[in-house]
Amino acid sequence: MSEPAQGGRAFVFGDDIDTDLLAPGAYMKSSPDELASHCLEALDPDFARTVRPGDVVVGGRNFGLGSSREQAAVSLVRLGVSAVLAASFARIFWRNAMNLGLPALTLEPADLARIGQGDRLAVAAEAGEVRNLTRGEVYATAPVPPHLMAMIRDGGLIPHLKRRFASAAKEPRAPASGVAA
Amino acid sequence: MPEPATLVEKILARAAGRARVRPGELITVKVDLAYAHDSSGPRRWRPMLEALGTGLWDPEKVVLVSDHYVPAVDAESAEILKGVRAFVRDYGVGRFFDMEGIGHLVLPDHGLIQPGMVIAGGDSHTPMAGAFGTYAAGYGATDMAAIAATGETWLAAPRTLRVELEGELQPGVAAKDVMLSLCKRLGLDNAFAAVEYAGSVVARMSMPERMVLCNMAAELGAESGVVAPDAVTFAYLAERGRPVADEAAALALASDPGAEFAAVHRIDVSRLAPQIAAPHAPSNTDDVSAFEGVVIDQAYIGACVGAKIEDLRMAAEVLRGRRVAPGVRLLVAPASTRTTELASREGVLTTLLAAGAHLLPSGCGACAGYGAGVLAPGEVCISSTNRNFRGRMGAADAQVYLGSPYAVAAAAAAGRIVDPRAYLSAGRAAA
Ligand code: SF4
Repeated sequence: MSEPAQGGRAFVFGDDIDTDLLAPGAYMKSSPDELASHCLEALDPDFARTVRPGDVVVGGRNFGLGSSREQAAVSLVRLGVSAVLAASFARIFWRNAMNLGLPALTLEPADLARIGQGDRLAVAAEAGEVRNLTRGEVYATAPVPPHLMAMIRDGGLIPHLKRRFASAAKEPRAPASGVAA
Repeated sequence: MPEPATLVEKILARAAGRARVRPGELITVKVDLAYAHDSSGPRRWRPMLEALGTGLWDPEKVVLVSDHYVPAVDAESAEILKGVRAFVRDYGVGRFFDMEGIGHLVLPDHGLIQPGMVIAGGDSHTPMAGAFGTYAAGYGATDMAAIAATGETWLAAPRTLRVELEGELQPGVAAKDVMLSLCKRLGLDNAFAAVEYAGSVVARMSMPERMVLCNMAAELGAESGVVAPDAVTFAYLAERGRPVADEAAALALASDPGAEFAAVHRIDVSRLAPQIAAPHAPSNTDDVSAFEGVVIDQAYIGACVGAKIEDLRMAAEVLRGRRVAPGVRLLVAPASTRTTELASREGVLTTLLAAGAHLLPSGCGACAGYGAGVLAPGEVCISSTNRNFRGRMGAADAQVYLGSPYAVAAAAAAGRIVDPRAYLSAGRAAA
C-alpha cells in the first residue's frame, strides 16, 4: 500500500453501510469488475464511475455490517480505494478488508465528522495517522495489531501465508497463520 | 480453584492450548470444523489454494454445501454449482451436501455440530451452530481459504454479553420476536462480542428455537451466539445418531458462577408482543401494532432462521382453513429437503398449499436476493428471514418487513400486517 503523494479524495458515507450496499446480491454471480461497478450505487449512483485509485471511503459506525461476502471489500479494492475510515467496523468486513491488504482504520467520530466530501486525505496506516490536506488537519487512527500490519505490508493474507509457507519449507516449523500461539 | 471463565472463554482456551484466555487477547485457535457454501467457498478458495500450492489441512473437517445458487436458474449459477462439485472431487472433501438445504440447518441436522467445537463458517450466520455450545463464527473467503489450508486462525478473544431470558413467551410469540426486540435494544454493532443466551426461557427452548437466537446474533453484529449444552442438546444429537461422547465435559463448559461478562441483560419476555422490523434494518423494530394495516404484495417463509419444520408448523397453525388474501403471493421455501419431506408427511405442506402457498426449492432463494421470489421496485414483502437491508431481496426500493412465521402467515391471510395472535386457534375460538 503506497501513500498517494497528493492524497486521495474522500467519499463520505454515513453509518451502517452494509454489505448489500457494497456488493448487491443481484450482481453476486457477475465478474468482480461488474459487481464492483454497482458498489454503493443505491446510495450514490455515480460512486463506482467517479472513484479513482487512491481515493478513500469514509463511513460512520458499523461499516460493513451484514453478510460475510468478501466481495464487499473486493469491490472497493477493484475500484482502487486505498483505505476505509470509519468510527467502527463490523468484524467480518474488517477482517476481509485487512486480509485483502485494504487498510480499514478506526477514527474518533469527532475527527470523522470533520472530513468533507472530496477532501484530500493522505492515509499512513503504519504511522497511524490520516492527514487531511484540504483542511490542514491530522487525525490519529486506532492502532492496528502488529501481526495485521505485517500482513498488510505483504499485500494481504494469502501473500503473507505464501511467505510463511516458503520459510516453513526451509525451517522445521513456523506457525501457519497469524500470531504465534 | 481455577479463575471463573465464561462458556466462550473455556471453548477458546482449549482451542488455543491455554489455561485461560481473556477478552481482547490475541490468540491462534485450532478449528474443529470448517464449512462453506457455493457462493463463498470453492470458487474463491481454489485460486488461493493454488497460489499457496497446498490442499486441505484435513478433508474430513471441511464440509461444503450448495445452498445459495440452488437449483441453478441460469448458466452462471449452474457453472458455480459445477465448480463446487469439481472442487469436492479434486480436493477430496469428506462431506458435501449438494442441494440438500441451507448449511446452517443441514449440518446440525446431521449431528455434525458437537459441544465445545470451534467452528469457522464462510457465512455470516455461522453463529447458528452456537446453539450447541460451540464457538461458531463467520469468516470471509480469504480467511476461510487460509483456515481450509492450515486448520487454524487468529482472533481477539471476544467479550461476552449475557442475555438472560425469564418469564414465559405468550402463544403466538416466538424466538424470532425475542431476537427482533433484542436487535432494537442492543443495536446492530456489537462487534468483537459473543452473546450468551441463558435463563429459564432458554432452558425450556427446543434446539431449533435456540438456533434462532444464535443465528440472529449475526444481526446484533456479534461474532458468535452461544447456549450452554444441556440435556436438550444431548437429546437432539442422540436422535441424529451422533450422541455427545462426554456429556460431563460438555456440561462443564457452562459459564462459571462469578465469570465476568461485559454486560448482563435480564429480560422478562412474558409481555413481549409479536415484533415487526420495518425497512431497512432488523433493529427498526416495534410491536406489531405499530405496523398493522401495512398492505403487502408478498409473504415469504424462508431462510435458515425462518423455514425449519417448526417454522412451517407455525405458518400452518395460522393458515389452517384459511386462504391467502387475493392479490398476495405466499412463497414457502423450506430450509432443507428433509424439512419439505417432514412437512409433507405431517400434512403441514397440505395445509399451506391448500391455503394457496407456492412451494419453492430448499435453499437461500430470495433471502439473499439470489433465487426465486425477489421483489420488484416498490413492492412490499413480509418475510421470516433475518435481515432486511436495502436491496437485499431484490429492487433497492422494495420494502421488506421481518416477522415470525406466525406474523408472515397471518399477513398473507389478511393481505396486510396484522397481529398473528388473533389468527391462532385460541384467538379464533374467542372471536
Ligand atoms: S438463508 Fe439467508 S441468511 Fe440463511 S444462509 Fe442463506 S442467505 Fe444467509
